[in-house]
Amino acid sequence: MELTSRESWAVIHGLVLGALFLLAFAGALAGLWSFRPGLITAKGIQERVLRLKVGFGAMAVIAWGTVITGTWIVYPWYRAKLDQCAGLELPSAACSPRNFLLANVNGQTADWHHFGMEWKEHIAWASPLLATSAFLLVLYYGPRIIARPWLRTAIIVLLVGAFGAAAIAGVFGAFINKVAPIS
Amino acid sequence: MNQSPELDALNLADKPDGPGAAMMISAGFGVFVLGFLTTLNEASKGAGTWLASWQWGQGVGALAGKSTVSSLLYFASLAVLWVMWRNKDVDLKKAFYIGLGLGVLGVIGTFPTFFQAFAA
Repeated sequence: MELTSRESWAVIHGLVLGALFLLAFAGALAGLWSFRPGLITAKGIQERVLRLKVGFGAMAVIAWGTVITGTWIVYPWYRAKLDQCAGLELPSAACSPRNFLLANVNGQTADWHHFGMEWKEHIAWASPLLATSAFLLVLYYGPRIIARPWLRTAIIVLLVGAFGAAAIAGVFGAFINKVAPIS
Repeated sequence: MNQSPELDALNLADKPDGPGAAMMISAGFGVFVLGFLTTLNEASKGAGTWLASWQWGQGVGALAGKSTVSSLLYFASLAVLWVMWRNKDVDLKKAFYIGLGLGVLGVIGTFPTFFQAFAA
């Protein structure tokens, strides 16, 4: 039971950082959703704000880590100029995942690249931008958010946007790595 | 009027909304630049070459330029607007809707069916 260096980076990018971000979303949303008057004491506000700041900050850092490892470490292996794909059932040392998908040598796989990968690689970068602004809003306003329902909703929209972008990227990443794994 | 009496015990001073508005608009602006560059890369080979020049030999292709430039412009717009509005009360709702509009346009720009229609 072992992983190659490339498989390990794919795991760090998708299963560790990406999954951590998606899982953290539920906690962040719950914490912000219930941050409203009448549900929490003054002492509770201070504790909740600290938790929101740490949680949103961690999510922003994780989002940046996910897209940077994905783009600068894993993606070059995906798109390497290796096109000896005839007769293969999976990508190999002579056939990169991108060229394997485009060659349609194991079913109609080209759309996984043309639509799936093309959307994933771009939309993913929206996630850290939105997560960073959501974090900065929580950091700047802190406890004041509780008295401003509209501001809380705006931060939730940013958070949901960051999650949505990461979810699209994550789902397509998982499917593409199933059809044409990086190894 | 304070809608949350729990806050009274914390004695918090008010903060201007300018920096908050900067955070909202810059997020939308960054996503808009991402979508714009994604579509521009498809429409112009010259732009594609320039965007690929950001990859520093790492094999990332034009995605290097699209992601790096949009991230840099996100932070730049955030810094500029934050400094400009640091002591001002900017309409937060208006800023949110501007950011949202820019963000939606950016997402459309990253959608393959859309940007591939501009293929040169």
